[in-house]
Formats: sequence, C-alpha cells, structure tokens
Amino acid sequence: MKKSVILGALTVAGLSAGAAAAATLDDVKDRGKLNCGVTTGLVGFAAPDANGEWQGFDVGVCRAVAAAVLGDPSAVEFVPTTGKTRFTALASGEIDMLARNTTWTLSRDVDLKNEFVGINYYDGQGFMVPKALGVSSAKELSGATVCIQTGTTTELNLADFFRANDMEYEPVPIETNAEGQQQYLAGACDTYTTDASGLAATRATFENPGDHVILPEIISKEPLGPLVRHGDQPWGDIVRWTLNALIAAEEFGITSANVEDMASNGTDKPEVNRILGVEGTLGEMLGLEADWAVKAIAAGGNYGELFEKHIGEKTPVGLARGLNAQWKDGGLMYSPPFR
Amino acid sequence: MSEHKFVRTEMLPEQTPPVSEVGVIGWMRANLFSGWFNSILTILSLLFIYYILSGVVPWTFQSVWNAGSLDECRQIMKATWGETHGHACWAVIKDRWLQLLYGFYPPYPYAPGATVGLPPSDAWLPSYFRPNLALVLLFVALSPVLFSNVSRKLLIVSAAYPFLMPWLMWGGSLWVPVSAALGFVILFAILKYGPSVMGSLVSVIVAVLAALAWWMVLSGYVTPVLADLMPIGLPEVQSRQFGGFMLAVLLGVVAIGLSLPIGVVLALGRQSDLLIVKSLCVGFIETIRGVPLITLLFVASVLLNYFLPPGTDFDIIVRVMIMVTIFASAYNAEVVRGGLAALPKGQYEGADSLGLNYWQAQRLIIMPQALKIAIPGIVSTFIGVFKDTTLVSIIGLLDPIGLSQGIRSNAEWNGIYWELFAFIAVLFFIFCFGMSRYSMWLERKLQTGHR
Repeated sequence: MKKSVILGALTVAGLSAGAAAAATLDDVKDRGKLNCGVTTGLVGFAAPDANGEWQGFDVGVCRAVAAAVLGDPSAVEFVPTTGKTRFTALASGEIDMLARNTTWTLSRDVDLKNEFVGINYYDGQGFMVPKALGVSSAKELSGATVCIQTGTTTELNLADFFRANDMEYEPVPIETNAEGQQQYLAGACDTYTTDASGLAATRATFENPGDHVILPEIISKEPLGPLVRHGDQPWGDIVRWTLNALIAAEEFGITSANVEDMASNGTDKPEVNRILGVEGTLGEMLGLEADWAVKAIAAGGNYGELFEKHIGEKTPVGLARGLNAQWKDGGLMYSPPFR
Repeated sequence: MSEHKFVRTEMLPEQTPPVSEVGVIGWMRANLFSGWFNSILTILSLLFIYYILSGVVPWTFQSVWNAGSLDECRQIMKATWGETHGHACWAVIKDRWLQLLYGFYPPYPYAPGATVGLPPSDAWLPSYFRPNLALVLLFVALSPVLFSNVSRKLLIVSAAYPFLMPWLMWGGSLWVPVSAALGFVILFAILKYGPSVMGSLVSVIVAVLAALAWWMVLSGYVTPVLADLMPIGLPEVQSRQFGGFMLAVLLGVVAIGLSLPIGVVLALGRQSDLLIVKSLCVGFIETIRGVPLITLLFVASVLLNYFLPPGTDFDIIVRVMIMVTIFASAYNAEVVRGGLAALPKGQYEGADSLGLNYWQAQRLIIMPQALKIAIPGIVSTFIGVFKDTTLVSIIGLLDPIGLSQGIRSNAEWNGIYWELFAFIAVLFFIFCFGMSRYSMWLERKLQTGHR
C-alpha cells in the first residue's frame, strides 16, 4: 500500500516533469553542456581520477553523446547519483541521461517512466567463493552465509535462486561493494554475490586472486544500459543511435584512429559512409550535424575500444567479451542498420 | 610519684618521606596499584593498550608512501617486510589528499584546465587560494566572537564574513553580496533611526518591508547596472565541483553559525505565553527532531525536485545547507530550553522588578546565564552536526566519505579501505577535538562559583 502510493506519486510527478521539459536537445544546446548521471564510483564503469576527470565505460557513453550533440566530448557535467537518487534525478530533469550500470527491467522502464535506449553491457549475477571452501557449483552452497548488497536486484535474485533450488542461506547485509570486499576477506561470509563484472573487478584487487574462484553459474540477467526519461522521443533517439553508432563502428572496423580519415576520404562501404555522414542525411534526421557519429566515435573510440580501455582483459578488471562480443563473434552486440 | 617526664627539647629534623609514598612509585601506588583489584585492572588495561598499539603503531609507521597503485604498494611491502599484512599504504593519501580536501574545486578557477601540478603560466596566487582564504577569514571572523581579549574592531570582519564567504567560494559579481548586505543595512538603519520619527511598531514593519522590497525587487535592477559600471568579480565555481573536507566544513560552519541564533529564538518561542508563537515553535521543533536527518536530506535532494517546477536550478548544496541548519536548530532549541529551565524563577522576577522589558531581560539577565549552563550541550550538538555532514554522501554529494568511494573505484586503488577512513577520521578529529577543548575552556572561564 505504502509502496504503491510512493510509486503513484513518482509517476504523476514524473509525467508532469517529462511533459514540461520536452525538448531536451534544445536545453542541452542552450546550456552547452550535457548533464549526465553516473554512479558515485564503480571500478571500470565510472570513477574520478586524480585530476577529478571522470573515467570509465559508462562515462565513455556520456562523452560520446556530448560529442555527437555538442561536438565536444568534454562538454559533460557528470552528476554522481546513488542507487536511491538516480531515477528521481532523471525524472526531475536534473540530468539529461543516466549511464549508471542500471539494469533494464519492466517496472523501471514502464512504471518509473524511463526509456532504456539500449544495452551497453550484458551482466549477470554470480558467486565468488574461496578456493579452500572446495565448492565448484553454486548448487552446493546450501546453508552458506552470503554477503549481499541491500536494496538491489541482486538481493531478490539471490532469494529466487535459493528458493528455486530448495536451498537455505543466511544473508550478511552490506551497503557498498568496498564493504563487501572487506567482509568477504575477513571471512564474515562464505560467498560474495553481485554482478559478475563486479566480482571480477573485486577479485582482481585481492592479494592472491588465485585463492578465490567465481562459480560458473550466472543466476540472473542484468542487461545494463543508458536511459532517458519518458516523453522526449527525439532525445531518446539521439542517445540510442549514438550507442548504436559505437557498436556498429566496431562491427565495420571504424576506430578512433581511422575515423577522421574514413570520413574525409569516404569508403567503398555504403553503410559506413552513411554512419559517417558522407552519404545520406541521417544526422539531419536526428537533428544533429552530419558528422555527429564521427565525433562520437572520435571521442573515446568505438564500443570495442571503450571496452578494451576500461574493462577489457588488459585492464585490472579483466573482463572477457563473452556476451558483449559482436554478434558476428558469437555475442549479443547487434546494432540495427544505419539506413 | 615520679616527677620524671620525657620531654623532647629539640625538634627532630625533617625526614624525607618514604620512597613508596612519593615520586613515581608513590604516584603509582596511589593511582594504579592501590589494592589487589585495582592492580589487576591496571595490568589488564596495560596489556590491552599494548595489544592495540602493537597493531596500530607498526601499521601506521611501517608504511608505504610512494607508490602508484595498491599493487605497487603490496610489492614494496613484500620486498621490505616480507608480508603485506599489518602495513598501511599511505600512497593513496599522497596521491589523492588534495581531492579529499577540496573535491573537484578548481585550484585556479580562472584557468579551468589547470591543475596543481600544472599551474597556468600567469599564476601569481597559490592554488586553492579562495577556499583557503575563506577558511583563514573564518578564524579571523570567529576570534572576536570566541575570545573576549581580541580587538573588537575585528567584529567588522565577523559582520562581513557571511557575505564575503559565499562570494569567495562560488565567485560571481562582487555586487551580489554587496547588495545582499545593503538590504541588512537598510533594515538596521530604519530600526535604529525610525522609532524617533514614526514609532517603534511602525518602524519595525517599515524596516522589514523596505528590506524585502530591496532584496526582492530593487536589487534585481541595481545589481546588474553596478556590475556593468564596475565589473568586479571572481570566476564562478559550480556547486557540483564542491567536495571533500571543504564541503563538510562549509556545511558544518553554515549549520553551526545559523542554528544557534535560530535555536535561541525557537527556545524562547517555546517558552512564550503567546499561543500561536508557542504552537508554531513546538510544532517545528518536534517535527524536525522527530525525523532522521537522512530523511530531510532525501527531501532536499529528491522530493524538492518534484515540487519545484522543472528546470528550476535550486542549488543542491544550498538545499542541503537549509536542511542541516533547520535540523541543528531544532536540537539547539531544546538544549537552550534546558538552560532556560535550569534558571531559578527568581532571576525572571528579579529582571521584572528592575523594570526591564522582555528583550532587555533576556539579553541582560536570562540568556547569559542560560547559555552558560547550556554550553556543553550546545557544543555537543555542534560536533554532532559537523559529523552528520558526512551523511550527504548518501545523496551523491562527494564529501570525504563519498569521495573515498570514488577513489576506491579507480583500478589503481580498488581494494584500499582503512587508510582512507583513517585519514578522514584524523581530519574530523582535529576539528571536533578543537571545538570540545574550546567549550571546556569557555566553561572554566565563565564559571562564577555556583559550586
């Protein structure tokens, strides 16, 4: 009852806010800056460096959109949001888009009046256990104590998984990932569960990563993607197709190194030419310059480059492409055609 | 009966007291080993202190200061001590201490891209000059308020500080704070010279109306004109760039500075005989005290966004300042009320018998005594409010705690934990301990012998 009242209030407020602040593109152009909501800090996805510059995979999406719209990848105001404030910040117009490793769910899309424009990382919830525990499958975890972040989808997934497999567990509630690391290392729980990307990043920071294994079971689907608020389709289109341009750029071999060259000289591939604005009027349809995608790709590279730079196998996070490989390589990254 | 009595004819020379009763041994016997039970307690305490220190001291001092990442730290520890356990990696503090202190505040606001390591070529002021100057001026402004032996002329700085500080921190045109101050000048001028012309009640009303008219309407026309004629200003700094310990101090100072006067007024209102005033004050105090601060912060960060029209740019830091201030005011009001309640009724009657009116009685007789009694409680509230400012990390403001999460999210420093908290703890301890010592000093100074 209480929850539905709150959600109802959010809905009404979200509707009115969305309707009133329709032309986000004009607002962003007038302001000269894109207000992009990011997390307050997640390894590989978004974090401020020593100079206060935000870096990361999600941050790369923000910069690409800023480059496409304003022509300048640094024209972004990064607004740190927490799990509790992110949707209201978007609904109230404080931020223009949210790129904050947010799982696309029906209720978030429909009930909270958001519009997920795509998926930039396919994640899933996994388990990490000390090797010494001698566990090789999550199905053997009956009776285990589990470190679990409260107030997230992972908490619900965990309950579902243990109930479906008729097992029992004892939760050890934690607030942040850093606290989870400490509790797990101190032996407060047998296993630590969160998104597999987070587990990999966490394990990489351990002194002896080899002493810990990430179990093969992935117990949930966590498609993470950028989102905008309901009610401004043109703006949603811009963010969606900027993300698609990054994904398509990788498919067609357009990189930050060769994009300028390809754009000025043209190529013999019609779709590449359309993406780069050499042929056709795709930019005009979006209300942007013809070279919008060139700037977006030049900002931080194509999807694959962003992945390699921030969370790929050569970084401390060390994630394999897996589901996030291009569809030609057996992954799920598949951009609709630019036509 | 014998007449013999032994009478000593000369005084015995003074002897030194037994070794066991004076000096170090005597002190120890009296204070540490004055019985078998106390001796056991002493030994247990010493063992406990040794146990704690044997862990903390090597951790603190056998530590790594020069490293680029946690991995590098661990390699150095392994090379030096053979193990990584029990050694701090202070390199993270060395790498990020400026960020922990100032957040993303630009070191040279007029040169956006410049960093401390890479100052602009024409830099003639040190980096972070503006927040540092604001902090120094804070102590200058506080000194005449806190210490009676400081020159009274410094009170001018105290009066100007509320207008100077925001200008230094946020920048913008000088004429904005000047015109804000002018409103107060108008208010006080009419209050002072008005009563001789038009009577006291009318002059109060006229003063408030005139000041409001200035702030709401007239200054909006005058300020831009002045700014055009004499464009004096500082480069603007956005609230989003505020962070680190600077943000905690800023929120703490504003909340502490405003909450005491508001708290006094609320406490007086609660004791008042006027029904509406009393109910308003009671309602405010009980509502605010009955709500956790974190709820108020969520209201400031989330709910206000819904109530205000979309696109309204109501600064998040100002919103948080207002919430923390009213929270602290409600607590201060109750502490001051405790001081008022402790005064014997005779003090009030004495004031009445002298023919003092309400405000004279409060100012000359009641408040000096009530506030003196309430000092420990007031300072305790202040310390609590100052520490509560770390709660803003939950609504996404990057105070030291929020920043520590951001720092930990860099691949280099992921996994580092205690060092950041230790540094933040030391920063807060310095300020809180300072406040606490000042309050004890003030209590001693004001002690006029009730006990």
